[in-house]
Formats: sequence, C-alpha cells, structure tokens
Amino acid sequence: MLLRHTPKEITERKALTINPAKTCQPIGAMYAALGIHGCLPHSHGSQGCCAYHRSTLTRHYKEPISATTSSFTEGASVFGGQSNMLQAINNIFSVYNPDVIAVHTTCLSETIGDDLPQIKKKAETEGKIPDGKYVISASTPSYSGSHVTGFSNMVTAMADMAEPTGTKNGKINVIPGWVEPADMEEIKRLTNIMGVKSVLFPDTSGVLNGPLSGEYKMFPEGGTTVAELKSTGDSIGTLALGEWCSAAAARLLDKKHKVPCSVLDMPFGLKATDRFIDALRTVAGVSVPEEISVERGQLVDMISDMHQYLYKKKVALAGDPDQLIAMTEFLVSIDMCPVHIVTGTPGKKFEKRIREITKDMGCEVNVMAKGDLFHLHQFIKNEPVDFLMCNTYGKYIARDEDIPLIRWGFPILDRQGHQYFPTVGYKGGLRLLEKILGVLMDRQDRDATEQKFELVL
Amino acid sequence: MATATKKKMVQWEPADIKAELLKKYPPKVARKRAKQIMINEALENETPEMTANVRTIPGIMTMRGCTYAGCKGVIMGPTRDIVNLVHGPIGCSFYAWLTRRNQTDAGPEGPNGENFINYCFSTDMQEQDIIFGGEKKLEAAIQEAYGLFHPKSIAVFATCPVGLIGDDIHTVTRNMKEKFGDCNVYAFSCEGYKGVSQSAGHHIANNQVFRHIVGENDEVKPGKYKINLLGEYNIGGDGFEIDRIFAKCGITCISTFSGNSTYDQFASAHTADLNAVMCHRSINYVADMLETKYGIPWIKVNFIGADSTAKALRKIAQYFGEQELIDQVEKVIAEEMPEVMAAREDVVTRTDGKTAMIFVGGSRAHHYQDLFNEMGMKTISAGYEFAHRDDYEGRQVIPNIKLDADSRNIEELVVEADETRYKSRKSAEEIKALEDEGYKFKHYDGLAPDMDKNTIIIDDLNQHESEKLVELMKPDIFCAGIKEKYSIQKLGIPMKQLHSYDSGGPYAGFKGAINFYEEIDRLVGSKVWSYMKAPWQEDPKLSATYGWE
Repeated sequence: MLLRHTPKEITERKALTINPAKTCQPIGAMYAALGIHGCLPHSHGSQGCCAYHRSTLTRHYKEPISATTSSFTEGASVFGGQSNMLQAINNIFSVYNPDVIAVHTTCLSETIGDDLPQIKKKAETEGKIPDGKYVISASTPSYSGSHVTGFSNMVTAMADMAEPTGTKNGKINVIPGWVEPADMEEIKRLTNIMGVKSVLFPDTSGVLNGPLSGEYKMFPEGGTTVAELKSTGDSIGTLALGEWCSAAAARLLDKKHKVPCSVLDMPFGLKATDRFIDALRTVAGVSVPEEISVERGQLVDMISDMHQYLYKKKVALAGDPDQLIAMTEFLVSIDMCPVHIVTGTPGKKFEKRIREITKDMGCEVNVMAKGDLFHLHQFIKNEPVDFLMCNTYGKYIARDEDIPLIRWGFPILDRQGHQYFPTVGYKGGLRLLEKILGVLMDRQDRDATEQKFELVL
Repeated sequence: MATATKKKMVQWEPADIKAELLKKYPPKVARKRAKQIMINEALENETPEMTANVRTIPGIMTMRGCTYAGCKGVIMGPTRDIVNLVHGPIGCSFYAWLTRRNQTDAGPEGPNGENFINYCFSTDMQEQDIIFGGEKKLEAAIQEAYGLFHPKSIAVFATCPVGLIGDDIHTVTRNMKEKFGDCNVYAFSCEGYKGVSQSAGHHIANNQVFRHIVGENDEVKPGKYKINLLGEYNIGGDGFEIDRIFAKCGITCISTFSGNSTYDQFASAHTADLNAVMCHRSINYVADMLETKYGIPWIKVNFIGADSTAKALRKIAQYFGEQELIDQVEKVIAEEMPEVMAAREDVVTRTDGKTAMIFVGGSRAHHYQDLFNEMGMKTISAGYEFAHRDDYEGRQVIPNIKLDADSRNIEELVVEADETRYKSRKSAEEIKALEDEGYKFKHYDGLAPDMDKNTIIIDDLNQHESEKLVELMKPDIFCAGIKEKYSIQKLGIPMKQLHSYDSGGPYAGFKGAINFYEEIDRLVGSKVWSYMKAPWQEDPKLSATYGWE
C-alpha cells in the first residue's frame, strides 16, 4: 500500500496537515498573471518560491512558464527587499521586455513587511519603468487562504488597472476564475455565439496551450491585453464566475467604477451553465441562439441515455471551492451522490453551500473546508465510493482503495488533455460525463463475471 | 526570435558566443555574468578561475531554487522511514511532495515496512502563527505525527518565515525527543533565504544528519567490504541499480545518503570502512566529517556511464585490496559489459558526432558527459546550477576560495576524532602504497579539466543565456531541469531533464547506461522534430493553378 500508514479511525488533528488539498497563494497569483498578454510574473521573495511555482505549473501544462524572482538572501531578509526589487525591475525590462510585470509577494516579503506599492513608486521616480510599461502588484501572503486566494488577489490587481473613459463600451467583463486555458477558450466561444462583446480576464488560452513550431516566444499571442484591462471600467457589467476566485475583482470594479456585477457559479455542468448563459442573455439583452440550445440538449440527452449507470453512484471529491460547488451540483443534478467533499481552502460558506446543494440527496455527506487528502482518505475508508475526482495526488488513494480516479483540478501531473479540452459549458459537461461513464463502465467490464459480461452497455 | 530550423550561418568562436550572451544585459549585470562564463582552456592542473556559488541577480530568470529545496527536497526528501515535517505555510511542503522521483522500497520489512515517502507533512502556518509565534503549533504537530505513526524519527524543516519570527525549532524538537524517548526529533534551520542556492541547504542537512543521527547505532552489521554510498538519491531507481551491482560484487552498502535510506542506515554510517562519494557537491561535508571523526577515508566515484561504473567498482576493490573482491568485480564487469556494448554499438551508429549541452546540479553536468562520450557525443557547453569553484576546478582550490557573507552564514561544524570510535581503516603505509599506485583519496578533479578546449562552461545559466546558446550553437540535445524543458523544445531541440529524468531511469550502472543510450537515441532521432513547419509554411508561394489539374 502506498499510503499504508493511514488509519481508518479518524482522530482529530489541530496542528498537523497531512497530504494537503491546497497550496500557497503565490502560485495562484503567478497563474493569473500568465493570463495577461505580454506579462512576466515576478515573485518577491527567495528563489525557491519562484522555482517551485514554475516547476509545478510547467509539469501541469507541459509548457514553458516564465517568471522571475527578487532572489532574497539573508541580507535582503533583514534590510528589506526594496533594492532587490528595483534591480529586478530594471533587469527585467532590459532583458525580457514584457508589457507588464505582475509582482506578487511571498510569506518572506510579507513577514518583513515590504510595501510593494511604495517600491513601485520609487521605481517610477527613478525612471525604472519605461513609458507604456506597467508594474502591477498583489499581496499574497502564503500563510493565509490558499492558492485560490492568491489567484483572486492577482485578478483583483488586474481589475485595478481599469481606467474608465466615462463612455460605456457595451462590453461585459467575464472573470472566469481558475479554470484551464481550454475552459477560457470555451467561455469565449460561448459569449461569441451569444453575440455578447466581452473582455475575459485573466485569459491563459493561447499562452499555456501553445503550439510547437520551432519558435520560442516568451510572450505568446494569448492573454488579456493591457488595453482590454484598462477598458474594464467602461464595461456595462461584470460576470464573476466563482465566489472564491472572481468575486473580489468584480466587486472592486463595482465599488470603484460603478460597473455592476453579478457573481455566478463556475459553469460546470448543466445548471450552472444554464445560469451563465441566462445571465449573459439578460445582462446583454440578447436572445440565446439555437446552436446553444442544441448543445444543451445534447448534454441532457446523454444524461438521460446513461442515467442507469449514474444513478446513486457514490463519489468523493477534492479540489477548490468554486469548482467543487459547481461539480457537486452537477453530480447531484444527474442523481449521483457526492458523499465526501474536501477542500484545503478555508471558508465556512463553502460547507454551507455544499450542505444546501446536497440536502435532498438522501445520504450522509462529509464536507470539509480546510481539510486535507489524508482526511478524505479516511472518509473513503469508512464509507467507500465508486470513484474519486481529484488532482493527481488522488492517485495514491485511488490505487490503495482500488477505486477509479478522474483527474480534475490542479495540479494534474500525469495525464494530458486539460489544456486542450474544456470541462466548462455544455460541451465540457459532455466531456465530464464521458470521463465519469468511462471509469464506471470500465470498472463494470473489469468486474463482470463471464456470464454477465455485456457487449452492449 | 530564434528558430532552430534555420541553417547555421557562421561558425561561432567561443569568445563571440560569450559576447552574444552578454550583449543584452545592463552593464552591471554583464560584468557580473562575464565572470561566470568561462571559455575552457583545458590546461592540465591549471584551469582558469571560475566565479561560482555567488548570488543570482534579481530579475534574471535563474534555474536555481532555495536552501530549503536543497535540505528538505534533495537530502532528506529521499529518506523513507523519517517523518519529514515542514514547519511553515503550506506551499513549501506541497511543492516538495513526490516531485523529485526518489524511488523507495520498504520491501525487506514486508508490506507494512515503514515508508512515509508518499506523505506530505506540514504545520500549515497561519497568520496568527506568524504574529504570535509557531512554536506551540510545531510542538502539537510533532505530537500528532508521533501519535499517528510512531516513527523512529521526526525531522523538522524551517521555511522562510520561521527564521524571521524567531521560532526556536531546535529547543522544541529537543524537548519532544526527550518527551518521547523512542523517537529522535531534530530540526534543520534551512530557511529559503539562507544561501544563494540549494547548496546551502545541502550543507545544513549534512551538518544536522551528522550531529543528530550518525553514530547513534554502534551495532556491527554483517557483511564484507562495507561502504557508504554518499550523494546518490535514487532518482528513477539509480540507487536500486547500484545496489544490484554491489550485491553481485559482494560489496556491503551500510548506508546510502540518501536514496531509499532509513534512519538506521544514517545511524550506522560510521561502521563502514569506505565512503564512496557520488555527488561531491551535496555531500562532501559528511564525507569529510566521517573521516575526521571516525577515520573512514573517502573517494570520489561515478556510477553514471558503464565505463565509469566499471572504474568506480575497480576503485572500491583496489581500496580493500582483497583478491577475492578484485576477481569478483572483474567477473561482474565481464558479465555486464557485453549487453552494454551491444546497445552502445547499435546507438552509436546514430549518435556519433552529435552534440550535447548539460546544465544541472553540482555533479551531473560532469557525470553525464561520460555517458554522452560513450555514445560518441560531445558536450560543447556545460555548467552547474549550484556548484562551488571546486566542482569546476577541482578540490585543490578549496583553500583559496574566499568566503563571502552568504557562505559565512552557513554553519561549519567543527568535528574532532571520536575518543572511542575513531579507527584508522588503513595504516599510513597502506594509504601511501595506494597513493603511489596513483590512487586518489579525498580528491575531485572538477568538471573543467574533463572538457575540451574552447568548450563553454557557464555557472548558474539563466533563461536568456540558454535560449541564446541553443540558437547560436544548435546542440542536438540540451539537458537541464523541468523549468527549462519546454522553452528549449519549442525551439525544436530535444530536451532531457537530468534532475528528475523526465519519466525515465535508472541511468546509473550498467543497465542504466543502456537505458540512457536508448533514451538519447529516441530523443535525438524522434521524427517529431521534423514536423515543426506545415507544408504551406515551408513553401508559402501560392501556386497559380486552379482546380484539380
């Protein structure tokens, strides 16, 4: 057994986290910043943070991840990192020449109290930021929240780039949250079909699912441009997908520039996608084209075709709050039973939302914010499930308990596809269903006796 | 932007290449980097001086990681029965969780043999711990880990904020060790900012392992020809292959630092009679201390490359000097080599004359040149990520290395001969006799003397320089780590990770050499590199034909 020391009996732990279901803020900020066109994320801390985040994102995307660091040594940790940051800004614009440097802090620079806006001001005064170039920053202390919080903080810094001209441009801001490049592409496809003019930010499509062509571009074609980010203050409204990832940015635009917002769930599965499409229809005042209704119908069709294989199947889920809320709703909506739901990210609201969604499901639900995969494993040992949906770290549990694993979330280090095939929207729903049915029916084929082995399923 | 498919227009001179690498930098950066880029002169015993183990320039996209990565990630991560508990916010522990491909096998102890490698332990410090101190939480976490797993040992690792807020992790661990009685608890002050690279973390790990574990078990282990293998981390199963060869030769490996290692191996390390050092950079401190305190001599070995493996085995046999072992080693080499030679002769028809670049570690950029040589491939540029001058120029330069402020921060353990347990393994005459035969103890030549004249050696290579190097020199393969992999491959040049071996390995020993030949043959020969351009991109002229004729 890979996790042979995990006991079935659950004991309370107050101080020890084992096999985390979250990581720290800065990596989220780095991922979000990669969704700005021509942006170089910069980690204000010691070298290891940046190295670890780049490595993890690279393993997940199999794409180059460029980011720089302030390379703190003991001296900088004692006297403050201003001098390192100023040097870094100068070097970055000279050597890599990005449009934007998106700086995030680390537990190190936060603990010593470095003030990024002040350092930025000093860089401006000293003429270290060339004309037409930008330095934005987000405070991302690793000791609070999780990678999701860091993502949200950097997206908020992006929203803070808004410079309203006073004339509305008729566009809608769509903040997709921490989803894959393929998902961002799919959200853009849906808004386009709807005939809605939009600004999507961040947008990692075209950045983290790039082609191989014999050329290397540190700053690929994709990403939300600075001009687009500036224009978000002129938009007629903002749709924020996911309370944890996107709401703060949307609320900032509302508060600061009176761009009204509406916070929706991430559009995973039938109902959340319905609400997203309906919100687009309402805020933009357009009608939903037949094409989208057909896509929806195809998803409903597959649910009805395969309902017998889904009905009352038990699922364990681990991941991030916004994704888990939408996924739990999807599974409940197709009569499956998500019975263990764990996120490492803190948030009482999460547990409350999951309880609401699962209240009529007819079975006991273990839901946990600030949990870990060790605890999830213990839940599964006590109440077995038909499959697990989790990032790659779930494979250790899946193998020990001999249950199928659907890789979903971050990071996925051992399979491909998440960069290229969306799981949002109706088409994404079809892909999720295909994955779910695939593992369930492979298991049925594997376990069936010779007499019961079926050709047609 | 660079395009690898473009034809090489000019044959570059090394000095021109160096100038090209530096061209884009602001003057201060260029001056600093110039000292870390050396055109090799390959002069015997007189290599040019290299600047190494110095700070990375902020904002220059480095390959380097931090002190914590060197301590927890590299040295202690591969151990299997120690609960490695990271004291800090969650990230540091998360990122070092199973990502280095250190393989383990608790087989000898059965299905329930202790193995915590698949677990990730953290105190997950929160804001209130940063403000009010994290000692209480650390103490509680150690208690919880002990209660759940009853391990032999718990190691605690400090991350950046721990040092800044002044948590006294050494007192906490000492108290917990006393409280438990049957579990050795100790701590590593390996805050990420402590050094200029992972290297500082190696040193910190060496010190604490030596201080807290080595010498804890005096029990004499069975077996003949007892050695410790230092600086072998069992990435991709390298250590398993070396273990297989040792077993076949009749060499007893008391401990490996630290691939698939156990607490007891470390505790018994002082009972071995020879230290064989693989990765000089990361573990030479332990080798030195084991010699001073217990009288165990050390030699540099390299199990990367079949010829190197044979050489290393002969070196070990020569040390013990017993005919039985010498004969057995020759027998093993004779048994293993035919398969290796068959594989080599096959791949060399395709790889001969091809070129490589290697930028990893503190040893591998050197070791892997042996494997490439076996395939007829020349390394035209190489360098280390976190090495010191001695790794480039040889250990003879150590007395001349100026200690800078960053190095002075790292504790230098003062070790003396153990009153009761120091034992000379060889008499002065025996040592002299070996040395007269050309045998070298406590010696490492470094990378530079092994590389050809006019090759380019670069310390702490960064993104800009690697892109330029590849563009100008067009190697057939580039070796570095995961962060560098895809920017190189986008240029159409295959890239092999030599930190974690992508998904491959083992590459050590005899079987490993065969694996490596096949892997490199696959990479440089893959058809995929010919697909960079679509037909319409290769011939963009619109032909003036209409219809189907």
